[in-house]
Amino acid sequence: MEGFRYLEGVATLRLSEAACTGCGMCAQVCPHGVFAVAGKARILDGDACMECGACARNCPAEAITVSPGVGCAAAILNGWLYGSKPSCGCS
Amino acid sequence: MTENNEKVPCAPVRPSPEAAPDCCAPRGLKAVPCCGGGSASNVEVHYEEEFIDGRVETPAGPVPRVHSMMGIRDLLGRWRVRWGIGRDRYRVAPGIYAIGAPDGDSPVLATANYKVTFDILRREIEGLDAWILVLDTKGVNVWCAAGEGTFGTEEVVRRVTESRLSEVVTHRRLILPQLGAPGVAAHQVRKGCGFSVVYGPVRARDIRRFLDAGMAASPEMRRVEFPALERLALTPVEITGLLRPAGWASLGLFLLAGIGPGFFSLEAAWQRGFAAVLALAAGILAGAVATPMLLPWLPGRAFSVKGGLAGGVLAACVAMWTRPYLDVPAALALLLAMTVVSSFVAMNFTGATPFTSPSGVEKEMRRALPVQAGMALLAGVIWIGGAFIR
Repeated sequence: MEGFRYLEGVATLRLSEAACTGCGMCAQVCPHGVFAVAGKARILDGDACMECGACARNCPAEAITVSPGVGCAAAILNGWLYGSKPSCGCS
Repeated sequence: MTENNEKVPCAPVRPSPEAAPDCCAPRGLKAVPCCGGGSASNVEVHYEEEFIDGRVETPAGPVPRVHSMMGIRDLLGRWRVRWGIGRDRYRVAPGIYAIGAPDGDSPVLATANYKVTFDILRREIEGLDAWILVLDTKGVNVWCAAGEGTFGTEEVVRRVTESRLSEVVTHRRLILPQLGAPGVAAHQVRKGCGFSVVYGPVRARDIRRFLDAGMAASPEMRRVEFPALERLALTPVEITGLLRPAGWASLGLFLLAGIGPGFFSLEAAWQRGFAAVLALAAGILAGAVATPMLLPWLPGRAFSVKGGLAGGVLAACVAMWTRPYLDVPAALALLLAMTVVSSFVAMNFTGATPFTSPSGVEKEMRRALPVQAGMALLAGVIWIGGAFIR
């Protein structure tokens, strides 16, 4: 995704190395190559994270946390206006 | 067999009982082009005859067989939904389908029941012998449905069980598109129905190479991209989504345009209003078409900045071109207004891109919205004020 980088230092992605078992699922499901796995996983490029939540959902050790959602201005605006969770048309 | 398969090839595509009509955001704020669909629909649509060409007998009963050909109706349908027309009704009945001549050892590929998604899959796996397990994602594509949870663990388990997949195949492996992963926990699917999940490539066109490599995806098969053609395909729905708000804004502009020294002038409303609506349209084009197309080359990270630049540059060109007709306030208002419209519209394109994080978009909006509001106000004051100082 060269040429496609978004704001830096904002992603809520966190990895607990202590809990990681090194299964590699996070690296497999991540669409942006955020993780590298050698023995254990580590975050290689956290600023490429779009918070889709695939890694956390597929981590059997629950070593990853991220606040997932849609990176969509209209959805966030809907959330602000109606005091609901950001919704991309459908919850 | 499941209810859906018994009725194929004439099964109407109906919302599943789970598709409760209350799942959607209130009507009227649905101009959210990023995902679309997702609502329960009572309209019965028949598409099966376009892609089913026979049946395959299995221990669990006959399974409809699909072909890989794209007909004119498939192409027209795809074109139509790209413009946002009937997108949430463009569905395929969930359940098992066969492609080629699959047997008990053939791979099972899971997908969404958005017909555009289903069509891409059957086209890209031409010549393969495989089973296709269509999940009920309420007519939404894989990635968006995964984000919403409809392409999810529960639905995978339910569909595997209801379609009696364990009687159709002897192995216990499901190949899911990688972009389904935000909704599906592979380890929980295994617990739920005994099938282990293998995440396939992001794009259907890589499935064959993935299978040939013994179900191994290369790093580039796992990466999302956002090429110009894909960005272009997303622009029509951006524009159609803006038609209604733009219509209301135009009405407001015509009304404001009439304000002048003589209280209200119909002639001014028409002339100045027409110019303002043209500027609005140009700003929308800058934000919804030019910005997405030029996305990787426009400077800045924030979409509001990229869009503002595109709009500003276009406005400067328009101002140069129309110089004989513009006074200074009108030129200033044009520059400000087109910049702000393009900036706001471009910010909305974040929802259509595959790389913006919600945390990032929220941060951008907190910074950009006050600036945009201020600029819009300033543009309005200069524009209306200009009518008084001729």
